[in-house]
Amino acid sequence: MSDSAAIVDRAHADHKAHPTWKQYKWVALWLTVITAVEVWVYYTPFRESPLFAPTLLAMSAAKFAIVVMFYMHLKYDHWVFRRLFVGSLVAAMGILMALLFLFSKLKIG
Amino acid sequence: MATAAIAESSAAPHGEHTHYTTTGLENRKIAMWTLIGSECMIFASLISTYLVYKGRSKVGPWPHDWGCKTSAIVGKTAAAVQAAGCAAADVMKPVLDIPITSQSTFVLLMSSLAMVLALEGVENHGKPGYDRWYKGSRFWLAMTALMGAAFLGYQAYEFTSFVHEGLTIRTNLFGSSFFTLTGFHGTHVAVGVLWLVSLLAIDMKRGLKGATDVLLVDIAALYWHFVDVVWIAIFTLIYLIQ
Amino acid sequence: MASSAAPAPAFAAAPAATGQSGLWSWLTTVDHKRIGMLYLWTSLAFLFVGGTEAFILRLQLAHPNGQVVSAEVYNQLFTMHGTTMIFLVVMPLSAAFFNFLIPLQIGARDVAFPRLNAFSYWVYLFGGIFITLPVFFNVAPDAGWFGYAPLTTNQFSPGIHIDFWVLGLQILGVSSLAAAVNFITTIIHMRAPGMSMARMPMFTWMSFVVQFMLVLAFPAITIALFFLQFDRFFGTQFYELAAGADPLLWQHLFWIFGHPEVYILVLPTFGLVSEITPTFSEKPLFGYNVMVFSGILIGFLGFGVWAHHMFAVGMGATADTIFGIGTMLIGIPTGIKIFNWIATMWGGNLRFTVAMKFAIAFVALFLIGGVSGVMHASPPTDLQQTDTYFIVAHFHYVLFGGSVMGIMGGIYHYFPKMTGRFLSEKLGNWHFWMFFIGMNLTFFPMHFSGMLGMPRRVYTYDAGQGWDTFNLISTIGVVFQGIGLFVFAYNFLKSWKGEKNAPGDPWSAGTLEWSIPSPPPEYNFAQLPIVTSRYPLWDIKHPERTAELRHSDPDTAVVAEAHGVPMLEQTETRTAKALGIPMPFPTIKPLFAALFMVMLFASLIFLHTASLQVAVVSMIGTTLLFIGAVYSWLTSPLE
Ligand SMILES: [Cu+2]
Repeated sequence: MSDSAAIVDRAHADHKAHPTWKQYKWVALWLTVITAVEVWVYYTPFRESPLFAPTLLAMSAAKFAIVVMFYMHLKYDHWVFRRLFVGSLVAAMGILMALLFLFSKLKIG
Repeated sequence: MATAAIAESSAAPHGEHTHYTTTGLENRKIAMWTLIGSECMIFASLISTYLVYKGRSKVGPWPHDWGCKTSAIVGKTAAAVQAAGCAAADVMKPVLDIPITSQSTFVLLMSSLAMVLALEGVENHGKPGYDRWYKGSRFWLAMTALMGAAFLGYQAYEFTSFVHEGLTIRTNLFGSSFFTLTGFHGTHVAVGVLWLVSLLAIDMKRGLKGATDVLLVDIAALYWHFVDVVWIAIFTLIYLIQ
Repeated sequence: MASSAAPAPAFAAAPAATGQSGLWSWLTTVDHKRIGMLYLWTSLAFLFVGGTEAFILRLQLAHPNGQVVSAEVYNQLFTMHGTTMIFLVVMPLSAAFFNFLIPLQIGARDVAFPRLNAFSYWVYLFGGIFITLPVFFNVAPDAGWFGYAPLTTNQFSPGIHIDFWVLGLQILGVSSLAAAVNFITTIIHMRAPGMSMARMPMFTWMSFVVQFMLVLAFPAITIALFFLQFDRFFGTQFYELAAGADPLLWQHLFWIFGHPEVYILVLPTFGLVSEITPTFSEKPLFGYNVMVFSGILIGFLGFGVWAHHMFAVGMGATADTIFGIGTMLIGIPTGIKIFNWIATMWGGNLRFTVAMKFAIAFVALFLIGGVSGVMHASPPTDLQQTDTYFIVAHFHYVLFGGSVMGIMGGIYHYFPKMTGRFLSEKLGNWHFWMFFIGMNLTFFPMHFSGMLGMPRRVYTYDAGQGWDTFNLISTIGVVFQGIGLFVFAYNFLKSWKGEKNAPGDPWSAGTLEWSIPSPPPEYNFAQLPIVTSRYPLWDIKHPERTAELRHSDPDTAVVAEAHGVPMLEQTETRTAKALGIPMPFPTIKPLFAALFMVMLFASLIFLHTASLQVAVVSMIGTTLLFIGAVYSWLTSPLE
């Protein structure tokens, strides 16, 4: 980053866009709805379907992303924070997948 | 010229003006995000272990299946276990209690909402409309801490009832990895509650306001939301998916 | 204040430094330079402990059927030799340089969290003492530095030997993690105006990569140790094979940490060598961008190759292939670095100081270790070599020939900056040649004894297997190393008290740390310098050396107005107070927080030596003390 960019950054760091009250409540609502659906699905016959686990994982990932983006305001914050978190998360997921594969909990192909 | 620069910096009214930073960000926030990155790896290791050991326990109780105290019989229903030759008195039910955990999950999710509202309260301290008790940081900090404590209460209840059903940290691999993982998370919640209560105490004493205090609460909030996010993963991976 | 036109007096009387002296000032210091010095002294002290352990090991192995120590003691010695050298010597030696150099190289007045920095050091010191003391009471850890479970569970390792290891490593992990968070923050955002990422000195760059590796690799071993701790103290079953546990769980978690650890040990040295070679070749580092990129690549790939330590357990063809190929890939960025150091020296105006000799030796010796590393990256080859002395030869070329030689070069290079005094070059030459000859005598024959089938970790062996001569040579080599170490110690202690005659820039180097007096004043930079290229000091003293580098800074004026002054050689030595620079207060609180935390971990030992009640009371007590110390630390103002 050039110095001029750094200076501009400094000026803007404190005045980034920011989620609002209203958004926060929408987020809470979405989190509740997704959680409700997750639990509901658990009690339906869909539970036996091979798609059950992927569906739940997708919903969980959505909740995860929503909290991180809005409540932890990563979506609005400085790119440094985004990189720190996303980088670590990718490493963590990579290690998790590798271990599941190595212990034959995941199969390739 | 150099001397002038020094004189100027020492004459600056606020200490912070004399510290130049590259990005204009806050040290503590960078540190918090780095720490959260590290915690990602901590929980990834714990969750991996739980998943790797899933289904490898030699004896019950099991998380999702019915079992038998006297033999290795496992089944989807109590009837199946009995049909396989387990005496009715020896049947063990699955220990995970989805309804109860759904409630505690909901409580923790809502505590995150309370947390952002508390931060909102500090940011807008003294502004019109924010002087009402239900919009101020004290109320919402207290609510967050309370919900955190409630989550811990649920967890205490869950742990005790598991022990009553014969599952301790020493019983089987499931017990070891389950209690360690959720206990580790619970400890994080407990630290968070302690942190929030400390902030609340400061707020009661002198009122949280201004940029420095926003940062103080912001960092606690990051930690709190992260603990919430970890639970989102745990709830799905450990409780719901079999 | 001197204008930049007036030449600095070559031997500017160093500041009556700070007026800080005495034990109390060291216990309460939060100055990154003094903490760096504490790290240096402590880790050199541990180097003697670890070296003595190695010496006894080699005495035992000098002849077949050696009788110097028993098998039990031998196990403790090799375990503690590895643990000490890795966690108490090489890592903290690097930390000494992180502390001392990073703020100076990026033009900062201190690290981001000075008190946390002190905390890291005290945790390291107390943790180091905690894990080392048992050696003197015959209860030292005895299951290898990798502590494979289930070998380390209560069933196979009864007693308290392993307890010290498990808890000690947890403690040291806290120290590393706290330090890593601190340095990441420091590097991300305490750089002087104009010090962009693309202008950071290579040592800072490599340290930056290392901090991320620490942050991401330590959690894996923390959790593995946590499980072991629970197994040993609370009866969980993580490593209990009878309960269905997997013996590979520990190995995977350990090596997920263990392989990145190798780079954690060697990347800082890469950085030091990348500072030394340009200085004594009098030209900029060759291929800076490529050097940065290959450093990052090494860090990145370093996380995906851990299972090459486990080829012998039979993971299957797919896993073996992936990890084998991944490991060989790391050879590429590492090789690039070797070529770049050579190219840096190529055509340069070489000055063979002791530091430069160590740096050149580093390149050569590390190359040997790297090549043998690529050999056992291939699973079939590895099956022949694993658990033999060939591996011992390999990693000693990497860690001694690499890390230690490079760090020694760093010490000779930076001693004048740290103390204002030179280390004797004459004694340094003796030190260098003793180390160089000694280490090759010791470790090169191990390639042969290993290939002839001599297994690692055996406390003795029978004659007539073709190993006798090689082992004797190895032991003779250790004598050379020992002499070198004592020459170094003498040199170090003598010079520490010697004449203060080192100028700010004794080697005619190009980076920021050399633009200020030696030793630097407490605030480092009286005014933050505006950096306009990778070698700002050469820009003003030897512009011909940096003529081909990119210089750009359209905003100098803007930056200058707000934050800094154009680059100059600083001669300012007045105190921070006189200059009105706010400095953090010295405080004893981090020391107490560290002490109580270490005591909290140590309390667990009471579960095995005293009673449950004693342990619980002790743990609750120390927890409360720890929380109290942290509260009082956090609520007291920084400056
Ligand atoms: Cu490795």
